[in-house]
Amino acid sequence: MFYREAGQFKTSYNADQAIFTITQDKFFVGAFLLIAFGVVPFFINDYWANAILIHVLVYALAGLGLNILTGYCGQVSLGTGGFMAVGAYASYKLTTSFPELNFIVAILLSGGITACVGVIFGLPSLRIKGFYLAVATLAAQFFLVWLFNKVGWFFNYSPTGMIVSPPREVFGFLVTGPEASPAVRYLFCLSVVTVFALAAKNIVRGRVGRSWMAIRDMDIAAELIGIRPLEAKLTAFAVSSFYVGVAGALYFNVWLGSAEPTEAFDIFQSFFVLFIVIIGGLGSILGSFLGAAFMVLVPITLKTIMVDGMGFAVGAAKHVEVMLLGSLIIFFLIVEPHGLARLWQILKEKLRKWPFPY
Amino acid sequence: MLFFLETVISGLMAGVMYSLVALGFVLIFKASGIFNFAQGVFALFAGLALYDFIAEDGWFYDLFGFALPIWLGIIATMGVMIIVAWLVERLVLRHLVNQEPIILFMSTIGLAYFMEGLGDTLFGSDVKPLDIGLPSGAWDYLLDTHNLYIEKLEIVAAGVAAVLVIVLAIFFQKTRIGRALRAVADDHQAALSVGISLRTIWVIVWSVSGFVALVAGIMWGSKSGIQFSLSLIALKALPVLILGGFTSVPGAIIGGLIIGVGEKVAEVYAGPFVGGAIENWFAYMLALAFLLVRPQGLFGEKIIERV
Amino acid sequence: MAYERKIGDTILAVDQISLAFGGVKALSNISFSVREHEIFAIIGPNGAGKSSMLNCINGFYHPQEGTITFKGNTRRQVRPSEAAREGIARTFQNIALFSGMTTLDNIMTGRNTKMNKGIFWQALRYGPAEKEEMEHRAVVEKVIDFLEIEAIRKTAVGTLPYGLQKRVELGRALAAEPDLLLLDEPMAGMNLEEKQDMCRFILDVNDEFGTTIVLIEHDMGVVMDISDRVVVLDYGKKLAEGTPDEVRTNQDVIDAYLGVSHDDDEE
Repeated sequence: MFYREAGQFKTSYNADQAIFTITQDKFFVGAFLLIAFGVVPFFINDYWANAILIHVLVYALAGLGLNILTGYCGQVSLGTGGFMAVGAYASYKLTTSFPELNFIVAILLSGGITACVGVIFGLPSLRIKGFYLAVATLAAQFFLVWLFNKVGWFFNYSPTGMIVSPPREVFGFLVTGPEASPAVRYLFCLSVVTVFALAAKNIVRGRVGRSWMAIRDMDIAAELIGIRPLEAKLTAFAVSSFYVGVAGALYFNVWLGSAEPTEAFDIFQSFFVLFIVIIGGLGSILGSFLGAAFMVLVPITLKTIMVDGMGFAVGAAKHVEVMLLGSLIIFFLIVEPHGLARLWQILKEKLRKWPFPY
Repeated sequence: MLFFLETVISGLMAGVMYSLVALGFVLIFKASGIFNFAQGVFALFAGLALYDFIAEDGWFYDLFGFALPIWLGIIATMGVMIIVAWLVERLVLRHLVNQEPIILFMSTIGLAYFMEGLGDTLFGSDVKPLDIGLPSGAWDYLLDTHNLYIEKLEIVAAGVAAVLVIVLAIFFQKTRIGRALRAVADDHQAALSVGISLRTIWVIVWSVSGFVALVAGIMWGSKSGIQFSLSLIALKALPVLILGGFTSVPGAIIGGLIIGVGEKVAEVYAGPFVGGAIENWFAYMLALAFLLVRPQGLFGEKIIERV
Repeated sequence: MAYERKIGDTILAVDQISLAFGGVKALSNISFSVREHEIFAIIGPNGAGKSSMLNCINGFYHPQEGTITFKGNTRRQVRPSEAAREGIARTFQNIALFSGMTTLDNIMTGRNTKMNKGIFWQALRYGPAEKEEMEHRAVVEKVIDFLEIEAIRKTAVGTLPYGLQKRVELGRALAAEPDLLLLDEPMAGMNLEEKQDMCRFILDVNDEFGTTIVLIEHDMGVVMDISDRVVVLDYGKKLAEGTPDEVRTNQDVIDAYLGVSHDDDEE
């Protein structure tokens, strides 16, 4: 009843191609952002920031990155963990070697470095497709993690092999290190993720995004209408890795604070992000956020219910949690293979007609 | 020279193990076009189940006061794997017919998570030494005459793998079910239209790969105990499949051997110069390099693209 | 027709093309030329090598022998994407639309080669990228108007009926404003009404935009009606070339292609 576009006429192509074409959507998103930026920081505490909000934001960004590659360009990657590691280690080297460097610049540069690495590992995509490509990205995953484990230069020869994020400021506020306040860290992540999400949306609805989707839907036809596969695939790898690299830098600097490659960036990270993308919805920006929220919140909820509510031992609860997560994933794939984003769309369609569906 | 030979042989033996897991992949991929990531976990699960049927500290013993003899244990485990195959078809595959490969692939990762959690919950997550009376220790004859150290178990594993491949090849080429399987692999809908029941075929093929998983589980379990790392073999099987081609049974074997030997030789001879542990990624890099030269694998067919 | 159509100089010359897959000869020594602004049909029984011929023209297959000259550039091998950028567009025998995208997006991809704003402008959107996008949107809207598919602008093409999909595919090719349009069985599987629509579109395209068209079609009635010249292929060899009337009366063609019944109207 309240959610209708009746009477809202578009008078330019531009208005017709806006992200939110319905006034109510604009209002809703505006209110959501207002709360996220203006209200949440006043109530945030360490637990909420670390366990939930920053956690979701960082993975949403990684999800965005993988979604660009897999959801929009159709190239399956199992190397997300490795690329996140590149972003994390690049930011570590940059912040420790150049202490004066602005932290935002450091993060963006880390993304750039990751993009270069991504392009190198994306080169095989020109010749190989599908699962074959997935294996090629596994090579990236294992090789990169091994590299960061073995070559001392990357972790400044620290005896434990760990990297620890040095305290850095943005606009005079401390965003990394143990002293940084949860509100500042949350706001920093939120800002980065918001800007990147908007940029991603812009890219995917423009020329570049269309060439990716054309390659995804039918690569031969795409080539026959003049899209260069080399260009399209490599830009997808570059942009995707850029996002994943930035996510890795945030993951290490702002969220974890310290990291060790075999644990923090292992193959299960790659799977985790892939799940985010699939459950959230392939080829959907919103889906990356929904998927990240789902994949972060469900295990936490399950654990809380089982350990605190039902008195399971932590170890047993972990096993049951893995089991339930596995079945939930299957359940979701069966119920809605297009992910949460599609469910959201269906809900909106229903809402438009409510309460008079006929 | 002797050392090199030993390295190669131990690589070959590791390769046989990879091949066994890869074989399960190939079977399911051939019949349903599904890349079954859970194959490694199947091996783990089968091994755990078998252990609990035959060991003195297993569930079965706790419930009934005696453990099953080994041969009965194996049959019982096979029964469990068939039930698993049936459940997978019933609860998962049936609902995902005609979905995109990536969705099916993800569902098998979900399945892997589930089976792993289930296995841990049911059977516990400790390392369990599986002993079904396979010979162990070095093969004395070779050790005495040529000073070569080769484990008897590895010889047995190689023999079992060879028999398995021959049996499967006959099964695929000569039997009615095998023909139906190949038809399904080619085109689901066309197979349905000539009266082949997809569901039966899937249960059969998942059972067969359950059997292969059981064999793999026994071999790995006898060698290094049944433990979580078994499920990670699935990842190592990937480059094997790339080399051999996703649909070729002999390819899985030969790919497995190449990867096994390549990995060992590289680790022993090149590893020390770069800090070791290159086994982690060498197989993938090898597969990647290979793909660039021959994208369809050793035994895969070249596809002419049409519009 | 409003004005006298001018058949210009040769725009596409196919010279001694031979193509083989392994031992199978798909095309042997095919030569013909297409002149500017004409509608040129390639006909022949199934398996005659018609689609292979189109695939050679736009670079998807690389013939082992022979050359293709397009707009004065002679070449033996070219990448499909480069052929498209030179001004060759095509539609496909089996529809090859981007099924996950809307009609509008599909047709917009046809203009991709004409857009050049880099990824940073795209990410920013406001400013040059937006301006460029809107200019091209305006062109695409003209194509949409022309093909009368306004109503399905925002529909995902995977859900559209066959006839409409064919039309969207034509739209995607047209959006590229090609000099040469290759149509692979544009009327296959259509009912009479849809065929009439499609014929009208083809003639209008040729008329209004002056686009040269090479088409493959099985419907003899259509071919004889709309094409200026026809080449007949059989088993990868050229049987005849000429105006529809010449081809119609050619004894080789009648024997090989139309059978001995001397009945050229298949309907």
